[in-house]
This record gives sequence, structure tokens and C-alpha cells, in this order.
Amino acid sequence: MSVLVLGHHNGSALSPATASVVAAARKIGADIDVLLVGHNLTSIASEAAQLAGARKVLLAESADLAEARATDISDIMFAIADPYSTFLSAANALGKSAMPRLAAKLDVQQITEITAILGPDTFERPIYAGNAIETVKTGQIRNVITVRTTSFEAAAKGGEAVIEHLSPLPSTGAVKLLRTERDESDRPKLDEARIVVSGGVSLGSAAEFERLVYPLADKLSAAVGASRAAVDEGFVPNECQVGQTGKVVAPELYIACGISGAIQHVAGMRGAKVIVAINSDPEAPIVKLADYALVADLFEAVPELTEKL
Amino acid sequence: MKILVPVKRVVDHKVNVRVRADGSGVETGNVKMSMNPFDEIAVEEAVRMREAGTCDELVVVSIGPKQAEDTLRTALALGADKAILIESDERVEPLAVAKLLKELAAREAPDLVLLGKQAIDDDAAQTGPMLSALLDWPISSFAAKIEAKDDALEVIEEADNGREVVTLPLPAIVTVDLQLNQPRNVSLPSVIKAKQKPLERLAAADFGVDLAPRLEILATRAPDPRPEGKRVGSVDELLAALRSHAGLLEGEAR
Ligand SMILES: Cc1cc2nc3c(=O)[nH]c(=O)nc-3n(C[C@H](O)[C@H](O)[C@H](O)COP(=O)(O)OP(=O)(O)OC[C@H]3O[C@@H](n4cnc5c(N)ncnc54)[C@H](O)[C@@H]3O)c2cc1C
Ligand SMILES: Nc1ncnc2c1ncn2[C@@H]1O[C@H](COP(=O)(O)O)[C@@H](O)[C@H]1O
Repeated sequence: MSVLVLGHHNGSALSPATASVVAAARKIGADIDVLLVGHNLTSIASEAAQLAGARKVLLAESADLAEARATDISDIMFAIADPYSTFLSAANALGKSAMPRLAAKLDVQQITEITAILGPDTFERPIYAGNAIETVKTGQIRNVITVRTTSFEAAAKGGEAVIEHLSPLPSTGAVKLLRTERDESDRPKLDEARIVVSGGVSLGSAAEFERLVYPLADKLSAAVGASRAAVDEGFVPNECQVGQTGKVVAPELYIACGISGAIQHVAGMRGAKVIVAINSDPEAPIVKLADYALVADLFEAVPELTEKL
Repeated sequence: MKILVPVKRVVDHKVNVRVRADGSGVETGNVKMSMNPFDEIAVEEAVRMREAGTCDELVVVSIGPKQAEDTLRTALALGADKAILIESDERVEPLAVAKLLKELAAREAPDLVLLGKQAIDDDAAQTGPMLSALLDWPISSFAAKIEAKDDALEVIEEADNGREVVTLPLPAIVTVDLQLNQPRNVSLPSVIKAKQKPLERLAAADFGVDLAPRLEILATRAPDPRPEGKRVGSVDELLAALRSHAGLLEGEAR
């Protein structure tokens, strides 16, 4: 069974998510090809070629594709779909918009965000914000699957995949990118960090977030996360959101400061190795969930912790 | 423009769902059901466009059991003009939902289909992009802001790394994110008024669409429990506990 993996990158480097998807692909089939779409992909392609288990790296490369939208990417995947029986992507924003389009074109019911592979046709995936885990079996000959990357160890380096250029390339579609508003901070990325420090709405303002959460995160070289409520209040940008509708993280350590632990938030951080809660309410769900719960006023406890580290 | 909003009836987002002891699924009997929160946001956005005059007709549709009429009545109370129930008592997978919506789009001829980015029961996040592929219409996913501009839309999308502003021509598909708006509360007079609004009932089986599930659900279980936690009494105790895990605080400034 040959597998096509959608490679993720940010224009300058391969995203670590790709290595996890390749690792998942190896549990499903052999002959794994990685597709990269964009412009000036030479160094990203050589990174991808080193992923253990990859057979070929396929490059869809052109100036137009520098700003390829999910629609363009699903069209490219469809155009080269013939030899493949399985199509895999990380379940990030791009994967979530491109892969179901591919699935529909192939007349395939997609399997979203798998967390375990029990056999080549049997998978586990969370439903109801992770409050239940479903085992699904596909009877389809071809399958389109998105992967929760935190559930899979990254594929090792040491591969020697062949790099191939695709042509002809399709023209880009009707959706045009006008501009981007990127997070330019050099802090660790939320979905890649070993440690995440998150704040909730109880911080009260962006200034307090800046004063309390960021210094603790910086001391630990941690990424900054937040609850939806904190994002809604505009304390931090949306990409900091952890949860069912934000990012799913599985760091070594997750420190939740003034977060109640609503099911939708927990959906995004339940997989952390060690969870710390700092919360003034002993009844808060996060206090019950945490490995270490400190029932205290965060305005005192967080600066003290930062100082003593 | 004419807007179509598909709304799904799901277990209310505040319910703590429980897995049935025999592993056959989650308990849905005697559980509060509501409109999928993302769909509520989609309806709210369309109603605002209706109020602003950019939308001249707002149709809502739900695929599900007869009780999904309640969900449609809520959408009518929020401000939709007309509702359509496509009745099915079976589990309908996103691909089949998208196929039904494609048929409905051919009949209703909307300029814009606004969907939730995901349903909070199956967490599939598939229907919008699938419909875009089936209709061959452009799509913008995870909208945080939507602006109508002549025959096009300008949308701010929540992307993997920050936000992206895109433009796409109509007819189009847009899926909405939580950030887009705060849905209004339904007022009593609008609930009463909604009872007078048209609600059409169709049978899913009459659409000529293959509704048979492609995936078999073998079992449903509760997530693995986390180990019992510990209460610490002070910051010092917390630090000691964390330092007892070798290497955990590796990033700690030396
Ligand atoms: C469809 C849907 C999707 C959602 N998706 C997400 C998601 O992806 N991520 C997400 O986070 N949420 C999500 N939510 C929202 C979620 O339900 C909660 O509303 C949100 O997580 C609450 O954020 P919070 O913990 O900051 O605020 P609250 O729930 O208000 O909690 C504040 C906490 O701070 C504590 N506190 C107050 N003062 C102090 C103090 N001085 N010191 C210490 N502790 C203090 C309180 O005891 C309380 O526990 C979603 C909701 C819906 C309906
Ligand atoms: N049965 C349904 N009836 C109406 N709309 C639906 C249904 N299922 C999915 N949708 C729409 O598709 C969106 C995404 O659902 P899903 O792909 O199941 O996560 C929802 O937010 C709804 O807008």
C-alpha cells in the first residue's frame, strides 16, 4: 500500500509535524512519498528526504505556489492521487481544510485526527472533545486520514529519499492571499515546546499576562498558551489558544495559571506528561486533573515561582 | 446575497458526556441537546449580514432526526427566514452530509454556504471543505472576520501560525471559528415569531444520495485516566515536586 504524506513547512523549514506523520504512515504502509508544495523548497526538500521511511519527496514548486491555499494543495494531491491508497496529513489548520476536499474528490469518508493505529484499517480517534475515544474501522479501499501529531513519535533521520519535481503544475485557484499577520516572536512554538505555561481569563488584562505569564515562560524556555476566554478578551493572540478548537499540545510540563479546566480546554492539554495547576478554587476541574495542584492566588504564586526558578 | 447555513443538533457543549458501559457509544438519552456552537456563530453572522442588507435571504438546514426541528426553530428565532429539515434517523457521515447539501444547494442556489468549522460531537471538521470540493466552489476555512465586497468576500482566517487575509469570489463556502462573533440570546417574542416561519420537511432517502456509512465504529471507550494528582501547599513544595522529575525543568535558567 503506498502512502502520500502532505509535508508541512513554513516556507523556510520543514515542520516537525511532518516527521510524526511519516512515522504514522510507516504503521499503515510501505512506499511513503512526501509532497511539498511551495516555492524555493530546496533546503526543505533535503530535510524531508532524510526522514526515515520516506521513498520519494515530490516537489510542487513554483512562484505562484509560494502562497498556495488549501484548495490548491488538495487539487495537486488529487492530480497525483492515482498510485496511492492512503493519504495522510497532520490535523493542523492546513490539513483540516485540504484533506476533506481531497477525500470528497476521491469519494472517500475521511478519518479525522487519529491518535492510534491498531491495524492498517483500524484507528482510534477522540470524539466529544476527547471525552470519548472511538475505534473506527474503514471498509474503503482508499483512505484519507489526518493525524494528531502529538500521539506519534517523530520519524528518525537517516533516510535517503529521492527528490522528484512534479510537472506540469496546476494553476492556482480562486482563493487569493492578500496578507498575513504572523506571530513573529522568537519564543518556542506552542506545538513544539517541551514546556507550556498557560494563562486564563482571570489574569484580567494583556498587561498582566505580559507581567506574570511571559516571565515564567521565558525562565523555563517555555511556549505561552492560553484559554479561549483569555484569547477572546484579547490578552494574547489566537494562535496561543489550547483546546478543542485551538492547538493540541503534549509537552513534558504544562503549567495552567488561573485556568478552570473546562472540557474544551482539557481536550488540548490532557496529553501533557506533568500538569501543574495554580488556581484559587480548590473545586476547579483543573485542580482535580493536575499532577500537582497549588491552590493559591496566581498574582502571588506565579511571580514567586518565577523568582525561585 | 442568499445564504445557506447548515446547523447540526448535538449534545449541549456544557454536558459532561459519558461513555456507555457496553462501549456502544456515548450516552445521549436524557441529555440536553443544542445547536452546535459553531453553527450558532454561523447563523449569527448571517443574521448580521441580513440586518446590514448584504444578505437578502437566509435559509437554515439540518440533517438529522425529527427533533432537529427544535434546532431549526432556534435558528429561525435567531433571525433565519426559512428552515429545511432533511430527516434521517441513521448516523449520517460528513461525506453524505456534504452530498445532501450539494443537492440542496442546487435547489436553493445560495451565494454563500456558511458552516461551523466542526461539529462538537464527531469533531470531524470535514463537511465544509467536502462541500467545496463537491460543488467546486472556493472555500475559506476558520473565519474570524467576514466582509462582503461586491461579488467577493474578504475573510480573516485563523491559520497555523497567525492570521491570513484572503479574498474569494462568490459563490463560496466559509467555515466559521469561535472568534467571529458572540451569538445573541434568543428573545421570547422571536421564539413566538419563529413558529410562524416556514419549516419544510424532506426525507434524506429521497435525495438519491448514498447514505450508507463507510466507517464502522467498533467501540467507544473513555479516555485513559490520568494518574491521581497531589495537592501541594506552597510554591516551594511545588518546586521540590517538579525537581523530583529528572530533567523536567531543563529549560530553567541556570
Ligand atoms: C465549542 C466550544 C469550543 C471551545 N474551545 C475552547 C478551547 O479550544 N480552549 C479553551 O480554553 N476553551 C474553549 N472553550 C471555552 C471553555 O468552555 C471555557 O469557557 C474556557 O476554557 C474558560 O477559560 P478560563 O479557564 O480562562 O476561564 P474560567 O472558566 O472563567 O476560569 C477562570 C479560573 O481562574 C481561577 N481564578 C480566578 N482568579 C484567580 C486568582 N487570582 N488566582 C488563581 N486562580 C484564579 C478561577 O478559580 C477559575 O478556575 C470552548 C467553548 C465552546 C463552547
Ligand atoms: N447533520 C448535519 N446537519 C446540518 N449541518 C451539519 C450536519 N453535520 C455537519 N453539519 C455542518 O458541517 C459543519 C462541520 O461538521 P463536521 O464536518 O461534522 O465536523 C457543522 O458545523 C455544520 O455546519
